[in-house]
Amino acid sequence: MPRVALKLDDDVSTDVIYPGRYMATVLPMETPQYAFADNAEFSARLKAAQVPRGSVIVAGRNFGCGSSREQAVSCLVGHGLTIVARSFARIFLQNAINLGLKVVTAPEIEASEGDEIEIDGGVVVDATTSKAYPMAALPAARQAIIDAGGLIPYTRNRLQAGA
Amino acid sequence: MGMTIAEKILARASGRPTARAGDVLEPAVDLAMSHENAALVINQFKEIYEGTDRDPRPWDPSKIVIVFDHRVPAESAKTATNQKKVRAFVAAQGITRFHDIRGDVGGICHQVLPENGYVRPGQVVVGTDSHTTSHGALGAFAFGVGATEMASVWALGVALNVEVPPTIRVDVKGAFQDWVGAKDLILHLVGKLGAQGANYHAIEFHGETIRRMSTSGRLALCNMSVEAGATAGIVPADEETLRYLREEARVTDLLDVVGPDPDASYARVVEVDVSDLVPQVACPHTVDNVKPIEAVAGVRLSQIVIGSCTNGRLDDLETAARIVKGHTVAAGTRLLVFPASSRILAEAVERGIVLDLLRAGAVVMNSGCGPCLGVHEGALGDGEVALTTTNRNFKGRMGNPNSEVYLCSPAVAAASALTGTITDPRKVA
Repeated sequence: MPRVALKLDDDVSTDVIYPGRYMATVLPMETPQYAFADNAEFSARLKAAQVPRGSVIVAGRNFGCGSSREQAVSCLVGHGLTIVARSFARIFLQNAINLGLKVVTAPEIEASEGDEIEIDGGVVVDATTSKAYPMAALPAARQAIIDAGGLIPYTRNRLQAGA
Repeated sequence: MGMTIAEKILARASGRPTARAGDVLEPAVDLAMSHENAALVINQFKEIYEGTDRDPRPWDPSKIVIVFDHRVPAESAKTATNQKKVRAFVAAQGITRFHDIRGDVGGICHQVLPENGYVRPGQVVVGTDSHTTSHGALGAFAFGVGATEMASVWALGVALNVEVPPTIRVDVKGAFQDWVGAKDLILHLVGKLGAQGANYHAIEFHGETIRRMSTSGRLALCNMSVEAGATAGIVPADEETLRYLREEARVTDLLDVVGPDPDASYARVVEVDVSDLVPQVACPHTVDNVKPIEAVAGVRLSQIVIGSCTNGRLDDLETAARIVKGHTVAAGTRLLVFPASSRILAEAVERGIVLDLLRAGAVVMNSGCGPCLGVHEGALGDGEVALTTTNRNFKGRMGNPNSEVYLCSPAVAAASALTGTITDPRKVA
């Protein structure tokens, strides 16, 4: 079962997730090296491959506020992380869906680093504390992009359909 | 029931008679703006066409605008190579609204678009920059998107799955005190609403104070609406909008003004009286950590920045010059000035503003995003404190997580440059 690799508070900005000084790096393959670059401890664990793919970041409200930089999403995709937050900032959430980052909105979520987390059937369960937190559903229009595998295949399908 | 301006614009762009908050629409895009991150947009755009029998050609090159501003002139070989790649694409696709690194037509995207008359009332504007909300100052519905979203717009000409936002109506009355203005108002509002207070909402600005406000001030308001989480900030177009477009943006064709219906339905109404508003300062490390200036007066400063898409316009530079003229920037403090566009810099030279700033000890740079997001020049040292007229003070924003950033108006920044500490301009000017 995946564990909480990092626990964060409200209003985590894209400057914290992916500092602006690395923005000249744009390609999704190259951005993961700078994920949380200013969080020395977590970034060292990521680089040392001590954070297994599928691990969870649990955050408060408004995760990903600030800039529209897509690097803040692609760097997390590259590490195979799942983000469970009380809420997400609009552009970040949209970018996450577009690029296939696993994001879950659980308005009441509480968890500690190291807790085991299970995400299933509309509920996030902290298996360590045996508490369940309901997930907020995504709007249907967003779900269609997820189902297509991201915005690039979704747009490609739309183009092919001549729409 | 009537429609808000957001509902009206999005309905029209989607070919529907009405729209309501919560509807999911696919509005046609009038203007699609990118900066250096066009390099990533191009990458994603080409990927969309992989495995298809179509050529990757944008739906309408005349509606695409690309402005180099984040790292100008290039700070690294990597950036220079990205910029080169974008130039080649622009030439191949016949994109004419391209603003390269130039001393005549260059500048920051959120100033270049309005001053060239690209943005019109009632348009749908998307930009790969969160401060695209700026363009609501001209009565457009303008919002930030990611690079992949922009690639999709280039392919289809519509923004996919746009949820019509509910609108917060902000009614502003009263006259500003001397040395208090639009920046203090938006800092106050972000503090009042909170960093998430307008998440997934549009903000409509109304009231006598807004009607009297210049387009420059309105751009600052809409620019920072995103700091309260707003999808868009909008000032309904009026006489001042038309004056700006005719006189400053040199628009000669027909203009169509869209306003909200009088019986539009708002999620919330916020009233502000600015008569007693004092200069406001956003303290580290969140934009909503806003305090009246007396709470932070005296904080020692290493660097002061005047400029950016928020406050690098001519009136901002003029205010700064009026305060520092004949005085000197305090020893131990650096004052950096970044005009919002090359056109503004040229006008500031003509009017003697630049000379006043230089003689006071300011460093006047070329137009660009400069140190605002810590990618280019003007980085802070460990433990240093900056005061800046830009729009964000997140940890690490100016290139160093071990530094602090305070946000303020141009008047506060200029007054503080003379003392080297956060200073109320009403006490020195």
